[in-house]
This record gives sequence, structure tokens and C-alpha cells, in this order.
Amino acid sequence: MSYVCILDYGSGNVKSVYNLFSSIAEHVVISNDPTEIRQATHFVLPGVGAFSAAMRKIRERLPMDLLEKVVLNDKKPFLGICVGMQVLATRGMEFGECPGLGWIEGNVEIINSKQLPLPHIGWNNVSGKKDSPLLTGLGNDPDFYFVHSYAYHLKNDQHLLATTTYGENFCSAVQRENIYGVQFHPEKSQRTGIRLAKNFLALL
Amino acid sequence: MKKKRLIPILLLRNGWLVQSKQFSRYQNLGNPISSVKRLSEWASDELIYLDISNGDSYDMRRDDLAHPNRHSIFEIIEDVAKVAYMPITVGGHIRNLQDIEKRLSLGADKVALNTMAIDDPQFVETAAKEFGSQCIVISIDVKLQGESQFVMARGGKQLTAYAPEDWAKTVEQLGAGEILLNSIDRDGMKNGYDIELLNRVTDSVRIPVIACGGVGEWRHFAEALDKTGVDAVAAANIFHYSDQSVFLAKKYLSEQGLNVRLPSLFEI
Repeated sequence: MSYVCILDYGSGNVKSVYNLFSSIAEHVVISNDPTEIRQATHFVLPGVGAFSAAMRKIRERLPMDLLEKVVLNDKKPFLGICVGMQVLATRGMEFGECPGLGWIEGNVEIINSKQLPLPHIGWNNVSGKKDSPLLTGLGNDPDFYFVHSYAYHLKNDQHLLATTTYGENFCSAVQRENIYGVQFHPEKSQRTGIRLAKNFLALL
Repeated sequence: MKKKRLIPILLLRNGWLVQSKQFSRYQNLGNPISSVKRLSEWASDELIYLDISNGDSYDMRRDDLAHPNRHSIFEIIEDVAKVAYMPITVGGHIRNLQDIEKRLSLGADKVALNTMAIDDPQFVETAAKEFGSQCIVISIDVKLQGESQFVMARGGKQLTAYAPEDWAKTVEQLGAGEILLNSIDRDGMKNGYDIELLNRVTDSVRIPVIACGGVGEWRHFAEALDKTGVDAVAAANIFHYSDQSVFLAKKYLSEQGLNVRLPSLFEI
């Protein structure tokens, strides 16, 4: 039975993420309560807004020691969405340099969109760079919905799961072991997003 | 590659879904929520809800329009967010930051400002700084006055001094993320978008422009995507009368070789 904990640190778009997972999971909570975190089988870190603001609230409101234990030691499946993915990096560069969680080495920098306007908003293709259970059954280069101006620059290519093109090819999905991150919004991506969320819940 | 978007607009009047003609005649189409799940399943790229309720108006010929439905705009946003996993823009009656925050907290992703932006342009900047430019859509209603087109406020009732392209530039500089450009003269007329107006505005700004007003056939969507720099094509009336409307429109646009997202057909 999947028990999804959407980590509650005061991020804006939690409701849509909750609606998505409650349509497919047995048990979903939005919480920062250590009791819930101990019981949960899957963790989702949503995020909108600026990197540094998100990191500040994450450090203030989430029990980081416990979270690191369940994610890094117990290796429970973890999915970061949008800024919730970006904070997995070593550091972010939005409004000055700011340390991230450092779970997957890399920096988050502004997209080199060439002449295209930022933020990058809309439906765009996600091209898988390796076989992954997260991206299974989605067809070739599925469309997902994006809203962002910054992108993850990975230190190690082995953590690259998918790329998307907007002016440049940027990293739109990352993975290290049980830790996944997606730059796009599954909760706004209709059937494609539902399938990705189901894939995530199927991870053990 | 980023796709051009196809966006159904749902017009709400006193809690009912309505059809509009030139901002002055309205026809009741029924419950605003039952149509949403279908629109989502047919792969609409986004939805725009515009609440055009007007407290001081009363349509004598259609009593039902004057009786508020049990659905408030807030209930509608909340219910819609549960069934439609796509970006939702909500407009109408937004006067302050709390109005925006409330709509976002219920599941809206963006808000559309119109009269408030004209009354207080600084509010566009304040709202963009608070919630991000990606969240602030400026809805611009345009009407021909004599030889020239002007921006109208208060649901098309009040003339302003702005030319559409000048107003678009102004709100872009203030931090607007998108422009929803509507021609009142074309609204409900089914004779196609005002292509010249779309070009004048898209040539003046870098932010995405959503075309609105006048679609009577699928080819009108294609015409705007072909001949103008719009990022999205929107319509209201045409989507509510035929089964699988969005799907069929997408299929048509794709067959014309246009860069649109197709409905996903895999099993989930």
C-alpha cells in the first residue's frame, strides 16, 4: 500500500499535487509531522517560486535529520517537482548563490533561452536519456507542462534522466538511486502526468 | 519543442456557464463544472474561467441568468482543480492581492486582470512581484471606435485612451506574463479572429499573446497560428456545442502541420 507524504513547508501549489496523488494512491497526506514521515512509503517535494526562499522554508519547517534518514539511508522513493527538484542541487544561483540540499551534485542556473522569452511556460517534449521506471509507458518524447526560468546543470551525466529544448537543451529530469526530480509539473500534465505519478508509486 | 496552445474559455455569469455575443447578449449553457472533465480528457492545454457576473445588470428575457447558481467562483475553482489536471487561469472581480491569493490557494495557476490593471497600472507590477510574472495574465478587450481600435474597461462598457499595442507594451513593462487579447467586435460573430489586431500586438511585445474572439470554424485557429505570432488560440462558444470539440480541433490543427500537443492516447 502506498502512503504518500507531500512535504509541507509552505509551498504554493500543494493542492494540485495533492489532487493528483489522491486520485491514484491509497493514502496521501500533506505534512511535516515526523510521525507521518516515519510511516510514509513515498515522498513528494513540491515547489514554486525562488530557490532561496524555498530552501529557507525547507530548513525552517521540515525535520531535515529525519528526512535525510528516510531518503538517504532507508532509500524511500522521493520525487522533487519544479523548485522541489532544483533544491536537490548543490547550489542555486537565483537572487544570489544559495546552498541546496546537495543530494544530487550540480548547480541551478538561468536557462540560456537565446532569444526566447523567460519564464519558459507551456507544454514541451521530455526526451528520456536512459531507461527508467519513472518514464516508462509514456511514449516517445511525451509533452509535459513547464513553468520556470532556471534549470539544473548536473555535475555527473549519469544522473541525467531526461532533457528538454528551449533555446538550449536543459536537464528536465534527474535521478540518483531512489531520488528523482522533474522540472515540469506532472500535476498539470493531464494523462501524461498521471502516468508518471503512477510510475513513481510503483517504485519500491 | 514548445507547443502552441489551444485554450477553451468558460464564461461564467452568476454561477452559470454562458455564451456571449459582442459582450451584450448572453445565453445560458448550464452547469460550469460538468463540462470540465470532458475538456480535460480531450486534451485542452489550459482552461480560462472568466467571471463576467454583473451585480447591477438584469436580463429581463432570461430570468434564470439573474438567479445566482449555487456555485460561487471559489467553489468552481476548487471543484475544477480536482478533475482538471491542467493549468487554470481565473479572471473577473479581482481588485487586490488577497483576491489573487485566494484564487491561487484554491487551485488556480494564474489570474487574469482587466479593469483593475487599467484603474491602477501599478497593481500589475505589485502583483507580478508578489506572485511572479508567470501568474499574471492581462486581459485586453478591444473595440472599434470610428476608424481606430481602443482598449475598453468594465466588460466593454468604458472607453479608455489606450491603443491596444500601447497598452500591451505598458503591461509587459509592468511585469505581466501573458496577454489575453479579445476583440469585442468579433465576439460571438463566428467570422474569425481579427488577424490585423493580433499582428499589431504580437509585433509590439515579447510575452505570449493568447488570441480570442470570433472563432466559428477550426480553420480560424489555424489562420491565427499561421499568420500571426500568437502563442495560443482561445475560444469560448465553439467548444461547448460539439462532442469531443477540443480533440477534433487539435486533430485538425495537427493535420495542418501546426505545432500543437496531441491528446495522449496511451493507457494509464
